[in-house]
Amino acid sequence: MIGFIVKRIISSIPILLGVTLLIFILLHIVPGDPVTLMMNEHVDPDTIVRVRAQMHLDEPIFVQYLNFIWDALHGDFGVSYKLNRSVATLLLDAFPNTLLLAISAMIFSWVVGVPAGILSVVKKYSVIDYFFMGSALMGVSMPVFWSGLLLQYIFAFKLGWLPVSGFNNPLCLIMPAVVLGWGAAGTIARLTRSSLLEVMGNDYIRTARAKGLQTIAVLFNHALKNSFLPVVTVMAIQVASMLSGSVITETVFSIPGIGRIAVNAIQTRDLPLLQGSILFTTILVILGNLAADLLYFLLDPRIKNK
Amino acid sequence: MESQQQAIEQSQYLEESFFAELIQSFKQNKSALVGSIVLVLFISAAVLAPFIAPYDPYNVDMSQQFQRPSAQYLLGTDMFGRDILSRIIYGSRISLVIGLIPTLISMVIGTILGLVAGYYGKKTDYIIMRLADIVMAFPSLLLAMVVMYTLGASLLNIFIAISMVNWAGTARVVRSQTLVLKEKEFVEAAKIMGVKNWVILLRHLFPNCIPSLLVLFTLGIPDAIMSEATLSFLGVGVQPPMASWGLMVSTGKEFLFMAPWVAIVPGVAILIVALAFNFLGDGLRDALDPYLKQ
Amino acid sequence: MAEYSAMIDDHTIRGTSTPEKDKMLEVKGLKTYFFTSKGVIPAVDDISFTVSRGRILGVVGESGCGKSMTALSIMGLVPPPTGKIVAGDIILDGKNIASLTEKEMCQIRGNEISMVFQEPMTSLNPVYTVGKQVMEAAILHQHLSKAQAKEKTLEMFKLVGIPEPKKRLDSYPHQLSGGLRQRVMIAMALICRPKLLIADEPTTALDVTVQAQILQLMKKLQTELDSAIVLITHDMGVVAEVCDDVTIMYAGKIVEQANVFEIFDNCLHPYTAGLLKAMPAFKENGERLYNIPGMLPNLLQLPKGCRFYPRCECASAICAEQEPDLVEVGQGHFVRCLKYRG
Ligand SMILES: Nc1ncnc2c1ncn2[C@@H]1O[C@H](COP(=O)(O)OP(=O)(O)O)[C@@H](O)[C@H]1O
Ligand SMILES: [Mg+2]
Repeated sequence: MIGFIVKRIISSIPILLGVTLLIFILLHIVPGDPVTLMMNEHVDPDTIVRVRAQMHLDEPIFVQYLNFIWDALHGDFGVSYKLNRSVATLLLDAFPNTLLLAISAMIFSWVVGVPAGILSVVKKYSVIDYFFMGSALMGVSMPVFWSGLLLQYIFAFKLGWLPVSGFNNPLCLIMPAVVLGWGAAGTIARLTRSSLLEVMGNDYIRTARAKGLQTIAVLFNHALKNSFLPVVTVMAIQVASMLSGSVITETVFSIPGIGRIAVNAIQTRDLPLLQGSILFTTILVILGNLAADLLYFLLDPRIKNK
Repeated sequence: MESQQQAIEQSQYLEESFFAELIQSFKQNKSALVGSIVLVLFISAAVLAPFIAPYDPYNVDMSQQFQRPSAQYLLGTDMFGRDILSRIIYGSRISLVIGLIPTLISMVIGTILGLVAGYYGKKTDYIIMRLADIVMAFPSLLLAMVVMYTLGASLLNIFIAISMVNWAGTARVVRSQTLVLKEKEFVEAAKIMGVKNWVILLRHLFPNCIPSLLVLFTLGIPDAIMSEATLSFLGVGVQPPMASWGLMVSTGKEFLFMAPWVAIVPGVAILIVALAFNFLGDGLRDALDPYLKQ
Repeated sequence: MAEYSAMIDDHTIRGTSTPEKDKMLEVKGLKTYFFTSKGVIPAVDDISFTVSRGRILGVVGESGCGKSMTALSIMGLVPPPTGKIVAGDIILDGKNIASLTEKEMCQIRGNEISMVFQEPMTSLNPVYTVGKQVMEAAILHQHLSKAQAKEKTLEMFKLVGIPEPKKRLDSYPHQLSGGLRQRVMIAMALICRPKLLIADEPTTALDVTVQAQILQLMKKLQTELDSAIVLITHDMGVVAEVCDDVTIMYAGKIVEQANVFEIFDNCLHPYTAGLLKAMPAFKENGERLYNIPGMLPNLLQLPKGCRFYPRCECASAICAEQEPDLVEVGQGHFVRCLKYRG
């Protein structure tokens, strides 16, 4: 078991390196001088030279990459241009907000998605089933930024129940979490349903029935755990989509999180900040994937015993 | 020799009844049917935009600013007094192009890489699949944002950004199918008969992946449309004054409480089109189920 | 044909008739149909039989002739939504269970009737230990505490001959061989001492030596627990080994029914004769393994006359026209063939 975990962790290292290299190359092949691009035209040439040296931009790209990794390993992501603060501090300040948002959204999506999927199976082909599956597909087809605006209009402006935006009291969290979790809830509901239906066709379900268990008991005691396996695998993908989704949600609801930092960094062409925030998010996604794999492993004794 | 010939012919079993069965199954699936009808409307709107749009989508008329939806302006006007309905009709062109082209490009890349990885195996497989892992490990929106940052905001660059992100999923699916197929008799037989590798890939393996590709393609389109809308919303996609649905929501959001229709209506268009494609994709998946599971 | 009964070794108890009061299960006129988009499939078409306390009834026929559906009908587990029991009584120990609600059936299943399935590899839930799965039935029906149920499971594991029973309680299904899994299934089925055990091809998926062990186990347990058993199989060799009575099915109908000696010594239906000839035991004589020529008819388009007519060696012109009835030709010996009418 420990062996599996260690192996899994080691195998994510090349991916991490690959991803960072990819970002690095993408960010550094910008046509033109990145420093000039970053700053406005009125900066004196001395500053430009100083900044170039500071960022090691004179050296070959591969050396730059190694430097970057070396510094990153020491917790140093450079200094933001526009804000003139350490990127690491900025990110660490923003991270709790993003995490809080992502976790709330995740909880929302599971609390809504799983029961909806189960209920659709219990009441298969009924109005309830069609309603839930229709809503789930809506959830998947709805642009996150748009549903955010829609909720703002209805619940903040028309009804006045919730604050429009900001992040200073718990009520502020409700709309962003719902918006961010909505699509994921749809995916989870659809997957729970299809996976549960597939599991219900298995021989061991017939055995459970033959034992005298009632349909509900069969569903909860014998089908649910097995049907969670595929649902857990999409969790990995969902961690990624939550974090990229949070870019939009944070923008719409003015939440000071990592996503908003990234968007601002793009708009102000703040290279170190962009680089740092994207790298940070990517590490989170890879860790999320790892966590999902480990969870899968804990759920399925067949893998555990191999 | 004869049995080998037979085995090879088996690989063509797909083509004959395939489309007939598809149509049959679609007739019974109402949501897929509704999806198809919406899509026909969407495509017609895109193609016939100049003929059906009631106004010029770029015509600024400040005297007509923020008109509510009415008989004159069915969906109202925006902050520059432009007719929203006309802008949505023109915007469907961007969405259609964005939906089709990058999806097609990423499918072609993904299919080729998936076939090659699955068929040749070993190192080739390893390299391609690690590359796919890397792309998949990346939050796709962020990757697209980085690409847009580097290349600058333009329609062409959106194509590149979306294609770069989406090929990996296709490659994985095609590879896993190729792995199964290459063990089948008709591939073995073709190899024994000395058929060239690329012919086997193209004539025998590729056709059997078509059902899955069809489903992936249909579901990839709303994804791409959504990506474009999102990038445009964040200001790194299509640039004003072009009429992109995402951009329309983005510019409209400043006036959300005063003229909600400016931001909300284009979003409805995105929702409807994405929903239609998802209905269609689900219908296809159900209809092709026996082929997907083979 | 006398040679066949030489294969049956314990002549003393088997083959004798039992008094009425010992009837454990009586199936009368059972019809189970599938209503599919292509038409109605009469998977089980007017089946009647009786199993008595302490006896084993063999239900025999080729794959697809409706044996499993007969069993699932008795369990009340016909697969919805297409499958339905359309007629018939199922009387268990004097009580008609065909008319019970689903909730009432749940108290019978696993308690008064239990079933062992053909597929030991897939019939156990992969994510729970086998101990937990066996205990479940005891907790459900006998309202035992967890500790008591565990104790009882251990007892059952010993009874069905699982080596290292204590350790096996905590094993997952994939850690056990097919033979062991089938023993677990049998333990699960018998833990509540059911009145009736239905075993649907319990040994088909196992290799020959394990097959014999499992059959011997079932026979031993049946004498010990004094329950009735319905043993479904397509192999007359299995019948010879353990059954007391035999029902031969073909395309959803019973074609011959008698005690095991009658069937082996004095079989009347050409289909039964074919099954006997196809017994694997004859391989050893260097003879080619025999197969009845042809295939089961498509249940959607049954032939007009006798369902076996297209494959029958003794068919005459009338067989294509007239459907034979099941007639009693001797004491408790029934046959459905025009050769023996009236
Ligand atoms: N789910 C189903 N839907 C439609 N027909 C079925 C289904 N299951 C079984 N049948 C039909 O019932 C017949 C009997 O099946 P079964 O009882 O499983 O045969 P066996 O004798 O091999 O156990 C089959 O020939 C098949 O045509
Ligand atoms: Mg069967």
